[in-house]
Amino acid sequence: MAISREEVAHLARLSRLAVTEQELDQFAGQLDVILQSVARVGEVAADDIPPTSHSVPLTNVYRDDLPQPCLTQEEALSGAPDAFEGRFRVPRILDEEA
Amino acid sequence: MTDLTRLTAADLAAKIKSKEVSAVEVAQAHLDRIEAVDPRVHAFLHVDREGALAAAARVDSGEVDGPLAGVPVAVKDVIATRGVPTTAASKILEGWRPPYSATIVERLQAAGTVMLGKTNMDEFAMGSSTEYSAYGPTNNPWDLGRIPGGSGGGSAAAIAAYEAPLAIGTDTGGSIRQPGAVTGTVGAKPTYGGTSRYGLIAFSSSLDTPGPCARTVEDAALLHAVIGGHDPRDSTSIPEPVPDVVGAARLGATGDLTGVRLGLVKEFAGDGSEPGVAAAFRESIEALVKLGAEVVEVSCPHFQYALPAYYLIAPSECSSNLARFDGVRYGLRVGDDGNRSLEEVMSLTRDAGFGPEVKRRIILGTYALSSGYYDAYYGQAQKVRTLITRDFQKAFEQVDVLVSPTTPFVAFPFGSRTSDPYQMYLADLFTIPTNLYGGPAISVPCGLAEGLPVGFQVMAPTMADDRMYRVAAALESAVGTLTPPAL
Repeated sequence: MAISREEVAHLARLSRLAVTEQELDQFAGQLDVILQSVARVGEVAADDIPPTSHSVPLTNVYRDDLPQPCLTQEEALSGAPDAFEGRFRVPRILDEEA
Repeated sequence: MTDLTRLTAADLAAKIKSKEVSAVEVAQAHLDRIEAVDPRVHAFLHVDREGALAAAARVDSGEVDGPLAGVPVAVKDVIATRGVPTTAASKILEGWRPPYSATIVERLQAAGTVMLGKTNMDEFAMGSSTEYSAYGPTNNPWDLGRIPGGSGGGSAAAIAAYEAPLAIGTDTGGSIRQPGAVTGTVGAKPTYGGTSRYGLIAFSSSLDTPGPCARTVEDAALLHAVIGGHDPRDSTSIPEPVPDVVGAARLGATGDLTGVRLGLVKEFAGDGSEPGVAAAFRESIEALVKLGAEVVEVSCPHFQYALPAYYLIAPSECSSNLARFDGVRYGLRVGDDGNRSLEEVMSLTRDAGFGPEVKRRIILGTYALSSGYYDAYYGQAQKVRTLITRDFQKAFEQVDVLVSPTTPFVAFPFGSRTSDPYQMYLADLFTIPTNLYGGPAISVPCGLAEGLPVGFQVMAPTMADDRMYRVAAALESAVGTLTPPAL
């Protein structure tokens, strides 16, 4: 086994996914198969090979710092599930009685 | 009377320009076709009837002009369209209307095209069959019981079913080319950085590339020329003009490939292609040789590691990119009862809003990026990416383009690969190396196997997109286009 059910549960918590017990059972087996397949990258001797993060031969792309039109507050909030007085409204972020 | 839905984009543009037909007539003909066949094909998630007719009227009044004035186009639902629903085929974005448009959508409008609507796909472009769409799969116009490919199955099926002459797709591991192959249409992945990603809902930012879908190579080139080119709003956009893809397609259509060297990748031979796919590919090679091309065998020893490297890099980037779906700024929010914490609401929202393949990839990517595993998985995959790039560079010292089947199998029946995710991933065996390298590649129809379309892939060096159009157009001139059975 490359990955256990407990590890998948931990990763789901880190990923903010409230997965069900049934999903955990399903994913643990499937991820184990996938991980065993992708682990083949380790067969390649690549100690002295530099990594590639993207294929475009560009670094440090600059532009002039010019004011440009942008979204209005109303537009920016138009897709929000909950908005209040021009802001995104979120569930509580502190524990009770904090 | 001519059926306007059967014409190419090039013909439609000419007829509209000469006022032989109006843009409104063309838009109406395609909207009628959608109404007639889309209940069975389900290529569209949203049809923008009013928007399309209004855009067509602006062309007819002379208010809007451009190289593709009045030509209808369908847009994959992963691309932001101002005021028009954009869901990435996910429940987490159900009903979202973006407050802005992608750069390529602005360029489509500037070229005078008429957007018909948004096409179905695998959720967040993760899949090879559209079976992972949260809104139900698209059915292949060649056989409604089979997959149209993915992730861009909706765009390819819309083209194949004559619902639109042109469509936009996005290709991260083959999502334009594999649907093109299995629906008998043309799909091109431009050089990474050759088409802007601004306004594209990100899946794997170092790989995602928007590109054209069409029924002919020339039409694909016309669309490529319109959407391509530098965009200051995408920092990975290449500051160079688009190669002359339209000229190359027209040159290829003359059927002369004298002196063009085609590379056959030794490591792809015997790599699990169905017999019918392998046979159609061999016959296509013979046809190209008759047009003057030379065939050279090349070795790309690291291509066998492309699929494993891709399924570490793409999920890693996905786990990071999809963190933005947190139930705060847009889309779904679940479980906000006034008592639950932000973290609980986020977790419930994301579990309810994402489908199984998206969750698998987020978890896999989170694993590959976690400390202790990073070097062995993500870090090693990035090194393999370097080696694959070197394989391409070395091959292109010997040949002008590389060729292969686009995908190892013809359209498969629904449900045959969903229980084992890795079996689904194999659909992208031949398309993924190009994405890791960043070069352009095109799929062009090359024949039938068991009555279903087979795609031929041409891969070219970065920023030599014109070369693949030339070879693809030459093959098209030899084998012709494919027509699906009447729906």
